[in-house]
Parts: sequence; C-alpha cells; structure tokens
Amino acid sequence: MTKTYPKASRPSLDNVSVSIEKGEFVFFIGPSGSGKSTIIKLLLHEVTPNKGRVVVNGKDVTSMRSWKRPHFRRSIGCVFQDFRLLPNRTAYENVAFALEVIGKTKAVARRVVPEVLELVGLGGKEHRYPHELSGGEQQRVAVARAFVNRPLILLADEPTGNLDPDTSIEIMRLLDRINRTGTTVVMVTHDSNIVNQMRRRVIEIESGRIVRDQARGVYG
Amino acid sequence: MRMKYVLSEVLVGLWRNVTMTVAMIITMAVSLFMLGGSGLLYQKVGDMKDLYYENVQVSIFLKTDVQEQQRVDLQTKLDADPLVKDVTYVDKDQAYKRFQQMYADAPDLVNAVKADQLPESFRITLNDPQQYKQIYDQYKTAEGIDTIVDQSKLLDKVFGVLTGVQNGALALAVVMAAAALLLVANTIQVAAYSKRREVAVMKLVGASNWFIQAPFVLEAVVAGLIGSILGLLALIGVKTVAAGSSMAALEGLITPISWSEIFLTFPLMAAVGGLVSAVTAWVTLRFYLRV
Repeated sequence: MTKTYPKASRPSLDNVSVSIEKGEFVFFIGPSGSGKSTIIKLLLHEVTPNKGRVVVNGKDVTSMRSWKRPHFRRSIGCVFQDFRLLPNRTAYENVAFALEVIGKTKAVARRVVPEVLELVGLGGKEHRYPHELSGGEQQRVAVARAFVNRPLILLADEPTGNLDPDTSIEIMRLLDRINRTGTTVVMVTHDSNIVNQMRRRVIEIESGRIVRDQARGVYG
Repeated sequence: MRMKYVLSEVLVGLWRNVTMTVAMIITMAVSLFMLGGSGLLYQKVGDMKDLYYENVQVSIFLKTDVQEQQRVDLQTKLDADPLVKDVTYVDKDQAYKRFQQMYADAPDLVNAVKADQLPESFRITLNDPQQYKQIYDQYKTAEGIDTIVDQSKLLDKVFGVLTGVQNGALALAVVMAAAALLLVANTIQVAAYSKRREVAVMKLVGASNWFIQAPFVLEAVVAGLIGSILGLLALIGVKTVAAGSSMAALEGLITPISWSEIFLTFPLMAAVGGLVSAVTAWVTLRFYLRV
C-alpha cells in the first residue's frame, strides 16, 4: 500500500506490503522520516492509505467509518516514547481511567488493575503519581494501561526512546512477556542494542520502502 | 458510574474557566431575554391587532351647514352599502357629550366649545377594515361631507411602531446570540485544550465519541439553560417594574402581558438556549478534537 501525506513531495510509504502473523514480535527500524511511524498510524486507523488495504485482526479497516474507530481501537494497545500518562492521576488511576472510559465498572477496575500493575512489576507503587516514578516505571504504567484490556495487538512507538539502556532492556523483557501471552507486538525503534539483543523479526524501512525483512534479525 | 463521571466533568469544566462561563451565561441570558421579549411582543401585537381592528370605525364628519336632505340621503346610501356592517349617526348633542367625556380633565376646553360647533357624523363599522379606501373613494365627493377619518390609519402607525420595537428586539437577540455563540465556541476550545491529555488517552484506548464529547456539550447546554433561567428572571423583573410604574397607565391601551404568557416563553428560551449551545459545542469539537 501507499501513503502520501498532503503537501509531501514523496510518499511516506511507497508500495509497501507487510504481513504480520498473530503472536509475532516485529521490529520496524529505519532512520527518522523513513515512514516507520506511519505504519503505527495506519494500524491505529489514524490515517488511511491512498492506495492499497490495511487489514487488522482479519478485518479490512481501510475504509472503516470513523465512528467505528473507537471500538476498533479497544483491540489494540499502544505505548509511546513520551508515556502519555495523566499527570494528576496515580498509576492505578491512569490504568483504571482507560478501563472506565470504555464503560468498564469500577468493580472490574478494582479487580484487574492491581493484577496488571503487578504483572508489569509495579506492585506496591499503585498510588504514586507519574512525577513520583522513574522514567522506566512510568513506561511500565503506560504498558499496563495498553495491556489491561487484553488487546490482540500491542503497538509500541519508540517505547525506549527516553530511557537509559538498562531500563530499556527491562521494558523489552516486559514486552517479551506480553508477547508470550499471545499478543502480537509491533515495535518501531531505532535502538540498535535492543534489536540486536532480542533477535526477532526485523523489517527495515528506508525512504518509504522496505529494504529488508528478516526473521531473527539484527539492526544491521 | 459513567453518568457520574460525565456530570462531575461538566461541573469541573464550568468551574475551571469561571470568568468565561459567567460571560457566556450573561450573553446568553441577554440574548434569550431579547428573544423572549420579542416573542411576547409578537403575540401581543397580534392580540391587539385583532382587538383594535375589529372595533375600528370610519368616521364621516358632515359640514356644519349640512342640509337635512343631504344627511338623510347619505344615511340611506350607507345603510344599503354592502361594505358597511353598521352605521351610527352621531348628532351635535351626542358629539358634545362625547367631547365632554373625552376632555373631562380639561374643563377650560370643554367650556370654550359649544354643542353646535361640533360636527355631526356617521360612525361606520366596516365588514372588512381593509376596505377603507373604497369607502373613501365612494363618499369623498358626496354632498355635505367635510372629512372622512379612518381610525385604522392611526392604528397602522401605532402598530408600525410596535412592530419596529419587536423587530429591533429580535435583531438585538440575534446579534447577542452571535456573541453568545462565539463565547460558547471559545469556552469549549479552552475546555478541550485544558483536557487535551485526557482526550488523547480516551481516543487512544477507544472511548466512544459521545463519551468524549458529552462533558463538553453538556457543559455548554448547562450554561445555556442557566442563561435561559436568567433571561426568564429578567422578563419577570421587567413585568414587575412595569406594573408598578408609568407603564401601568397604558394598561387600558396595551393588553397586559400575563404571568402565564411569560412562563410559557420559558420553554422556548430554554430550548433555543440549550440547542444552540449544544450544536455550537458539538461543531466546535468536530473541528477542534476531530473526534
């Protein structure tokens, strides 16, 4: 498929075709502006391709109506470089907020939020505010929020971009653990260390084209 | 829980930006007051038109030196005229009595005028007050007639003024409504900006559009409803003040506006206030949040 942004001189993604199986762990790598992040946006239905199709969870979402988007997004978890936590809410409240705004009751939140916070290794820190947590811990909260609804797919846009190498590896372990539960993980990064250590499928993009697609690849 | 969440968000939203909220509510109140006022005036003008035009008469004043025969001829002609519903002859004595009554406050004037100085006249009620012109054309040249006076001409002027006032109030209501609209749009933008992080997260995790928009739209609707209540209070205030002041003297002339009529305009004001705010907020969000 092809995606060209308005006013752009060349397509952000040019005739790219990728298929990711359920349960896979995939890295998209490449220099800034190569079109990696556009992949995430296409998967989230934040943008639509000019040509071609986007199929997520077996459903063609290319021409999905925007009012269906919210429900579609509930099957996808998302983690970003800048965490995107609500600063005036505790770790627990941040995760519970994601549940409550999609109509889950407080009782459900009381049951599953501590569980998922325990899973990401934040047991005992539920009632801290983001500014009382380290960067790695904040990203764990973000992962917990993305995962609390048990999505089929977890999208991670440079999740280690703001973290030091050791903390990055911890976050990667966490994503790996989530992947082992059967969740497909799609991660965009330019952190070569991480890619080399994980030895997972690597898709390299340059100027909107796929230049490499390698199982158990390295940053190269 | 969701309802509670939405409602608490509405209150927080209104309070967060309280100066803007107050400005929005006041503008809305003035606009709705004008709207309600012009609505009432419109009703009143309609009522008064029915009442006055029904009783409107054409007066044919005879020359003071009119001859008996001319008068009798005229009366016969008027009685037979299909346009005419009713004819009353007013002779000099009756005219003088009316004159005395009308100017009872000014005895000097009454004393200065003698009965035979006043003209005899025919008071004619028309089947259709609009057909005055035909009557005028038919009789203007008849013998012994001095002038033909159509009261509806005067009424037209009075109602012209009232309609003007009403249109003015309506125009002012529209201008104020435009100002209120911009304030609503601005308030919603500020509210959306201050909650941009929450909105981003809600969009990300798949909160439904109505759930994201509801607090903002309701915030505007609540402001609109408060505005309409204030507008109603203003109408009540105006009636209370008017009833106790010089306006009371006009009581006989202008049919009074009853309390029930004032309260009946409230649903109109509340509906307009609420609906306009809701639509404005919603449209603003479409552009601003792109949800």
